Amino acid sequence: MWSFSEIAKNIDLWLNDLVGSTWALVLEMVIAGVAVIGLFAALGLVLVIMERKVAAWIQIRLGPNRVGPKGMFQSMADTVKLLVKEGMTPDGADRLLFNVAPFIAMIVAMLLMAPIAFAKDFQLWDMNIGVLYITAVSSLSVIGILMAGWASNNKYSLLGAMRSGAQIVSYELSGGLAILAVVVLTGSISLTDIIKAQENGWWIFKGHIPVIIAFIIYIIAVTAETNRAPFDLAEAESELTAGFHTEYSGMKFALFFLAEYINVFIVCAIGATLFFGGWMPLHIGNWQAFNHIMDYIPSSVWFFGKTFFLIFLIMWFRWTFPRLRIDQLLNLEWKYLLPISMINLLLVTLIAILGWHF
Amino acid sequence: MFIKDYIKDIASALKSLATGMKMTGYYFTHHKEIITEQYPDNRDTLVLAERFKGEVVMPHDENNEHACTGCTSCELACPNGSIKIITKFDVDAETGKRKKAIDTWVYHLDLCTMCGLCVEACPTNAIKMAPTFEHSVFDRNKLVKKLNEDGSKVRAGVE
Repeated sequence: MWSFSEIAKNIDLWLNDLVGSTWALVLEMVIAGVAVIGLFAALGLVLVIMERKVAAWIQIRLGPNRVGPKGMFQSMADTVKLLVKEGMTPDGADRLLFNVAPFIAMIVAMLLMAPIAFAKDFQLWDMNIGVLYITAVSSLSVIGILMAGWASNNKYSLLGAMRSGAQIVSYELSGGLAILAVVVLTGSISLTDIIKAQENGWWIFKGHIPVIIAFIIYIIAVTAETNRAPFDLAEAESELTAGFHTEYSGMKFALFFLAEYINVFIVCAIGATLFFGGWMPLHIGNWQAFNHIMDYIPSSVWFFGKTFFLIFLIMWFRWTFPRLRIDQLLNLEWKYLLPISMINLLLVTLIAILGWHF
Repeated sequence: MFIKDYIKDIASALKSLATGMKMTGYYFTHHKEIITEQYPDNRDTLVLAERFKGEVVMPHDENNEHACTGCTSCELACPNGSIKIITKFDVDAETGKRKKAIDTWVYHLDLCTMCGLCVEACPTNAIKMAPTFEHSVFDRNKLVKKLNEDGSKVRAGVE
C-alpha cells in the first residue's frame, strides 16, 4: 500500500544503489533537513490561517476572507510582507545575542521534530529514550526567550522573558508528571513502544480516569509551556506591549512567531502520541472487523487528524479564557496541578502494577 | 475542611471553564451568528440601528412644510455652536400680523459632535438624527448645510 514508509524505503534503496551507503546517509540527512524546514514553512502558513479563522468564528467575526479563496492565502501574503520588512537591531541591544535568539528558538523547535512518528515506520530518529529527549529539549526553548528579552535592553522585554522563565520552570514539572503516567503504563520511554502499546486501544480509553486527568494536566501544562493564552504572560500585550519580542521586527519576529506555532504543533503531536496513540488507528479491543476497517485509513491521516484536533483545542482555550495574573499562574501550578498530578501518578502506578487497565 | 474546599474549588473551576468553552464552541459552529458587516460590499442592503446618530436633518412633508418655528432652542442647546438659525418675520396675509419664522437653518456638520442635544431641546420635533455616515467631501464648505428647503414654510398648527 502507498505510504510514507514505503517512499522512504524506496528512496533509501535508490540512494544506496546510486552513491554508496556513506553518501546515501549524508544525502538522506540533507533530504530530512529540507523536509523538516518545508514542513515548518507549511505548518506556519496553515496554523496561522487556522488560528485566525478559529479566532474569528469564536468571536462571531468572519476573519480573513479577501486574499485568495475564502482568505486562504492571507498567511502567505503576511509572510511576504514580513520577508520584505527591515529587521532592525536597537542601538542599546546586545547585537550577537539579539540576532541569535530567534534562531535558538527555531533550532529547539527543529530538534523536537526528531523523535516524532509522523506515520507508521516514518520517523526521523527512532531513539529508545524518546520521551526523555522531548522533555529535556523542550525546556531549552526558554533559553531563546530569555536571550531575546535580555539582549533587547528593554524593561518590558526583560520582564516578559523573566515571567516566561518562571512559567516554563514551573509547568515543566506537572507536564513531566503527566507524561510519566503514560510511561508508567507502557513501561518504556521509547515513543515507538508507547505507540505499539496502544494497538488494542488508546491510553486515554484504556487508562480509566487517571489517564484522563493526566491528559487534562498535560494540555494545561503545554499551553503554559508554549506561552499561549491564557498563559501568555510572556507577551501580555496589555501590560508588556509584546513581552520578549517587543524589539523584534521583520523576519526575526517572524521566526519567533513561527517557533511558537511549531512548538504548539510539537506538543500536540506528542500529546497525540502519548494519549491518542500517534499514528495508531482507532482500535477497540478484539473487534477484528472494526479494527480492519479503521486500518484502511492511512496512518499519517490518523496522526495529523489527532494532532490538529489537539491544536484546535488549544486554540479554543486561547480565544475563550482570560489571561491569568502571575500569582494566579504560579498558584495554579504549585497548589493545584503539581499535587494533583503527583497523586494521579500514584494512582496510575497502582493501576499499572495491579494490571487494572485494559 | 481544607480538602473539601480544595476539591470544590477545582470542580467549580472546571465547571466555569466548561461553560465558557460551551459558549465559544456554540459560536464556532453556528456561523449564522456572525455579526460582521462587509461594508462597502453590502452598501445597498446596509441596515443601521434606529438610534444611530449620523447627522442632523429636518424632515419635510409632501407639501414642503416643516415643524420648525424658529425658536432657536437648538442653537442655544448646541455645545459647540454648530447651529445658526437666521430668522425673519413673515406678515400674515389675512390678519396682517407679523410672525417669526426661519429664513435659513445653518448646520455646520464639520463642528458637530453628534451629541443629539439639539434634537432633545426641540419643542416641536422639527429635527432628528439621521442614520447616515458617508460624510467625507473634498471641499469643507460642503459641510455647511442649509437644512430647511427652499420655499418651505412651517406646518400649520405646530405652534
